[in-house]
Amino acid sequence: MPARVVVLGGGVGGTLAANLLSKELGRDAHVTVVDPIGMHVYQPGFLYVALGQANGRWLARDERTLLRRDVELAVERAERIDATEGTVQLARGGSLPFDYLVIATGARLVYDTVPGLREGSYEFYSLEGAQRLREALRGFRGGRILVGIAGIPYKCPPAPVEFVFMVEEYLRKRGLRDRSQITLLSPLNRAFTIESASKLIQPIMEERGIGLSTFFNVEAVDPSAGVVESLEGEKAEYDLLVLVPPHRGQSLIDASGLGDSSGWLPTDRATLQAGDHERIFALGDATDLPISKSGSTAHFEAPVVASRIASLVRGTAPKANYGGRVMCFLETGKGRATALRFDYEHPPTPPQPSRAWHLAKWLFNRLYWETVPQGRIPERINERSEP
Amino acid sequence: MSTAIAVTLDLKGLSCPMPIVKTAKAVKGLAPGDVIEALATDPGSVPDFVAWCRATGNQLLEHDEHDGVYRFVIRKTG
Repeated sequence: MPARVVVLGGGVGGTLAANLLSKELGRDAHVTVVDPIGMHVYQPGFLYVALGQANGRWLARDERTLLRRDVELAVERAERIDATEGTVQLARGGSLPFDYLVIATGARLVYDTVPGLREGSYEFYSLEGAQRLREALRGFRGGRILVGIAGIPYKCPPAPVEFVFMVEEYLRKRGLRDRSQITLLSPLNRAFTIESASKLIQPIMEERGIGLSTFFNVEAVDPSAGVVESLEGEKAEYDLLVLVPPHRGQSLIDASGLGDSSGWLPTDRATLQAGDHERIFALGDATDLPISKSGSTAHFEAPVVASRIASLVRGTAPKANYGGRVMCFLETGKGRATALRFDYEHPPTPPQPSRAWHLAKWLFNRLYWETVPQGRIPERINERSEP
Repeated sequence: MSTAIAVTLDLKGLSCPMPIVKTAKAVKGLAPGDVIEALATDPGSVPDFVAWCRATGNQLLEHDEHDGVYRFVIRKTG
């Protein structure tokens, strides 16, 4: 009888893990992807939607078209995982038994933990949010734009920095730059968590006249006064406020009693095993690992999970380990970008922003649908690509 | 003024900027004069805590390192 593998979540990590498992194990496994909407969304595109450079249609595809033919897709909402029984309860009734489970359920946005956030700010972390922000920017006639994060951890750490550079360019092109101030609110005393990246970014921010407000940890928004307040007791006035909403793990994780207090799954940093469950693995945004929540992380983790499950199915010792590898592009505006490549042991040494990295990001965005979910980007290129 | 520790924050295993953000949140909930102890394992937290205390006016009473755990003792001011 083939091993029953259930993958929860049809995002980058879940789709790639399912395809790799099916390819590797063939008839030795029956792989089922469970996804509540059955659509695969390319979230890095939200940034471009917000700035009017892309429409929403480019960002979503039917998950079925991205999965190998022999992978089953169940468009269902999973309600609860019974780790001991080895079943997933489905919201519409019934349950799905598994021998191996991959939890790739991602993160969700929560607004209620920061007073005034929903009414007072814009975001580009959902398609609806990005479209709303696009309209707000279209109607913007100058003033103070503040950009920051309303909670940690959050997906794609460079995104707020990319946004300030890109919105600066956007306003310049529309002839509104002279009438606008752009300020990045940072929880630290630098523009970005990673010091080497901050050293590269801050001079460019200065050169473009983008302000930096340090140690500004957002506590509350007062929409009627147009003021955002920090835990440190500062207040900043805005005309347009863009805040990354706080993130949490999915309620399915809470309901199953598997997560920590924020709904993230305690996960082994090397084996990606979830808790002490030998047959359950977690990847991507759903884990509690202290690394970037990003599609790139899930992309690098999926082959490790697939390889370990394949070994277990075959009765051999799993060898693949995740070393913490992440790769992020960072747009710096004016048609240039840099890249952050790092792992658990090696902090990034980002190159000077160049057209080549901007083109690499552009190319990656376009080739994503035909390459990443199918596992067509060779490991070697992933590791050391220089455009 | 008492130096008894009112709260200990376990920030071990967390990476930047989590230790600072969690500490800022915890300090916000304290009364002026209260002392908080934070334990972190991210080496980058040392310059971050020093700079955060300087910027916010909170007092960094002591900080040290034992077996890879960085300990910060901070008194909330004002």
